[in-house]
Amino acid sequence: MAANPLMTPSAIELHVTAEDRCMARLAALALGLTLAEAVIPSPIPGVKPGLANIIVLLVLLQYGWRAAAWVSGLRVLAGGILLGMLFAPGFWLSAAGACASLAALAAARHLPARHFGPVSLSVIAAFAHIAGQLALAAAWLLPAAAIFKMLPVFAAAALVFGTVNGVAAARLLPRMALAAPAPDRRQSGPCPTL
Amino acid sequence: MLKAGDFAVLAAGTAAVAALAWWAWLAPSALADTALVRAAGKVVHSVPLNRAQILVVSGPLGPTRIEIAPGRARVQADPSPRQLCVRQGWLVRAGDAALCLPNQVSLELRGRQSPYDTLGY
Repeated sequence: MAANPLMTPSAIELHVTAEDRCMARLAALALGLTLAEAVIPSPIPGVKPGLANIIVLLVLLQYGWRAAAWVSGLRVLAGGILLGMLFAPGFWLSAAGACASLAALAAARHLPARHFGPVSLSVIAAFAHIAGQLALAAAWLLPAAAIFKMLPVFAAAALVFGTVNGVAAARLLPRMALAAPAPDRRQSGPCPTL
Repeated sequence: MLKAGDFAVLAAGTAAVAALAWWAWLAPSALADTALVRAAGKVVHSVPLNRAQILVVSGPLGPTRIEIAPGRARVQADPSPRQLCVRQGWLVRAGDAALCLPNQVSLELRGRQSPYDTLGY
C-alpha cells in the first residue's frame, strides 16, 4: 500500500540543534548538583547551598540570560520529576525562587563588570531566590508571622551560600572556555553563543 | 577575584541580614516598657520598667510580691498553691503576662505597640 502523500509523516522528527544539546548538557550538570544536594541533610527546611546556581551563574556569564533561564527552568522541572515532587509545594517554592533569582539577574547583569564580579551576581541572585520562595510560602503555605521570625536565618544563609557559590563560579569561569571539547564530537560540542 | 562592587554588595547583604535580625528579633516594639498590675480585675499599678522596685499587692489569699527591674518584671512571691506565676520567671516582651489565679493578681507587660487589643482572663 502506497503511503498517502497527504498524511502527516508517522515519525515525528525533532530538530535538535547544537544549541539545544548545549542547554541540555548544562542543565544536566545543574541537575546533578541538585540531586547531590538533595541527599545532604539540612537542619532547617529550605536552607540549602543551592550549588546548581553555580551552573546557572556560569551559563549567564558565558552564554547570556536566555540560556541561563533555559538551564534554570530545565533544572527545576527535571529536578521535580527526579525527586518525585513535580507540582508539589516544594516544586513551586523552587520554581518561585528560580523565577525571582532570574529576574534579579536580568537586572544585575547590567552592573558594570569592571566593579561587580560573579560574587555580586551570586549574592543578589541568592537573596532574590530566598525572597521569591518566602513570598510564595507566606502567601500560600505558612502564616506570615512564622516566616517573619525566620527571615534573618534565611537571609544569612543566602548571604553565606551566595558568596560561596559566587567564589566557586568566579574560579570556574576561566576554565569553562578552556574545557570546551573539540567541536567534531557530536555529544559535547562547544555551545554556540546565543 | 573580589572587586570593589563585590565588597559593596557583601556589605549591603550583611547590613540586610543585621537589619532583618534586629527587626524580627530585637525591635523595641517587641520589648516591654510598662508593667500593669491588676488585682481582682482592676489595675492597681502601672509602672515603667526603668528602675528596680518591689510592689506588694494583696489578694484574697494574701500579699503577692512583684519585682520590677529595668526592662523586665516577675512575680517574686505569691500565696497561690501551685506557684505557676512565680515559676514563669522574668517577663520581657510586650504582651507577656503572669496570672496568679486564686489570688486574683495579674502582671502584664505593655510595649510601645501592644500586640493584643484586649486580653480576657
